[in-house]
Amino acid sequence: MTTMAGPAVRARWAVTDAVTMTRRYLAHVVRAPEEIVLYFSLPVMFVLVFGYVFGSGMQVPDGGSYREFLLPGVFAMTMLYGLGATATAVAVDVGRGVVDRFRSMSVARSALLVGRGGADLIRALLELATVVVCGLLVGWRWRWRNSLTDAALAVGLLLLLRLALTWIGIYLGLLVPNPDTVSVIVFPLAFPLTAVSNIFVAPELMPGWLGTVAEWNPLSATVAASRELFGNPGLGGGSWVAEHPLLMAVLWPVLLIAVFGVLAVRRYQRLSR
Amino acid sequence: MSTEFAVLADGMSKRYGQTRALDGLSLAVPAGMVYGLLGPNGAGKTTAVRALATLLRFDRGRATVAGFDVVRQPDAVRARISLTGQYAAVDEILSGRQNLILFGRLHHLPPRAARRRADELLAQFGLVAAADRAAKQYSGGMRRRLDLAVSLIRTPEVLFLDEPTTGLDPRSRNQVWDAVRTLVAGGTTVLLTTQYLEEADQLAGRIAVIDTGRVVAEGTPDQLKSTLGGDRIEVVVHDPAQLGAAAEVVARVCGTPPRRDPDTRRVSAPARDRMAALREVVRGLEAAGVAAEDIGVRRPTLDEAFLHLTGRSAKAAGAAAKPEEVAMA
Repeated sequence: MTTMAGPAVRARWAVTDAVTMTRRYLAHVVRAPEEIVLYFSLPVMFVLVFGYVFGSGMQVPDGGSYREFLLPGVFAMTMLYGLGATATAVAVDVGRGVVDRFRSMSVARSALLVGRGGADLIRALLELATVVVCGLLVGWRWRWRNSLTDAALAVGLLLLLRLALTWIGIYLGLLVPNPDTVSVIVFPLAFPLTAVSNIFVAPELMPGWLGTVAEWNPLSATVAASRELFGNPGLGGGSWVAEHPLLMAVLWPVLLIAVFGVLAVRRYQRLSR
Repeated sequence: MSTEFAVLADGMSKRYGQTRALDGLSLAVPAGMVYGLLGPNGAGKTTAVRALATLLRFDRGRATVAGFDVVRQPDAVRARISLTGQYAAVDEILSGRQNLILFGRLHHLPPRAARRRADELLAQFGLVAAADRAAKQYSGGMRRRLDLAVSLIRTPEVLFLDEPTTGLDPRSRNQVWDAVRTLVAGGTTVLLTTQYLEEADQLAGRIAVIDTGRVVAEGTPDQLKSTLGGDRIEVVVHDPAQLGAAAEVVARVCGTPPRRDPDTRRVSAPARDRMAALREVVRGLEAAGVAAEDIGVRRPTLDEAFLHLTGRSAKAAGAAAKPEEVAMA
């Protein structure tokens, strides 16, 4: 009965274990849909509050519609708030000993992290679809002069951002294995990040230094790239970052994945200390 | 593969800063039995189990589980063990059935086999009615049973049970005990940690008493009990003036001078044959005309066991010992 798994079997297990883990996290969405509703209801609320209440007083640099300006920002914001769900789920698994159980089994070590990442991307698509429908209802359009490929590219960049945020969420969940603490950390962290960005207000309308910070905000890169690809207004600024939104929207997430991916994997390995 | 010892540990040590969680722990657990690790909170039981289950790296010493080296062949060990920790480690959002299928799939059972195994275990652990409810809604006992069921999806060679009945009501506790006995009858070795002498006594074929990361006593429950001084007979007199007379009776029956405690009007001495001693003391007190308020035979509590073995109280070490009394009014 001593059957040692060879490398080929192990590679297959790494894939099937990750798929099993992805399906587990997706089953959470089906069984507890209130959580996912919580995470996209916030962006939807921002669409309504900023789009209608404050929106009339807002300026768009090149004079376009504010709600068209706002929506790509809300897409990125939806990606950001998903980080809370990831961090909480990982914190629950570590705190409750579920991760210990996985680690005491012949489960591929990568499965938990890869599975969470996979489930997150599928969740992100669901959330994005919901916010897009809301956007269409309040008058957001993507310009037909921009091709379908551009729109798909914008969605791809948003998902890339989400992947980066997923790794930050996994790292936070491993760092603070208590779901209550996680939510106390995530929201105060997320809000300033959205405020000091180009999501609600164009950086060139902010005081000089604040505008620079907002332009270099990783969220701003994805938002600016989405505006360009969806053909929405608000492309402005003469700085180098503002001129190269597509490049930055790839560079920032890749950098974040490199940093937080390594940190998360190291933290995961340190559970055995 | 069969080995004489399911678990062998030799001088395992683990330090956290100044604290020695394990301090040269050595164990030899014969295959096919329940082996109890008995000790108060903080004695190092959980650290030992986590280290043996490949979850924790230890600093010095070596250990084999099911014949494989824990450090050098962790995958071979993991393929042969199951772990049920102190907290029911199940997915709370998923239902009981989904949990069993999830962990079955992670044991690399094909989908249909995982579903079939889930049904078998739900029936075995009396969870059929609750199979499709979220584990979050389960009672403590049900959750613990689900946890144990998950550990048994694939029959392990060695099962680590870390305080499996802490916080359970007596009925759920008995269900857990029954499951453990069934498993051992099927050939599995169980390494059980517990704070309760009674639990170790009920289940374990051998017991190691642990304190500050080391084994301080080892043997069968009977051997340990005789080391610990065995049962004690205890008399509480109504009138403090009769304490001396009661002590004489107890001394005659037990053959040793008893311990006297005037504050609680109590006389106590070790008794070899508990029921015979009880009968004779009752008779003797009657003959001597001593009015007793309470007469009883007490088993040594974990607290007393600790005092005896380590020279310090288990309460000081953080344990909650519960006295067990066979009292006659």
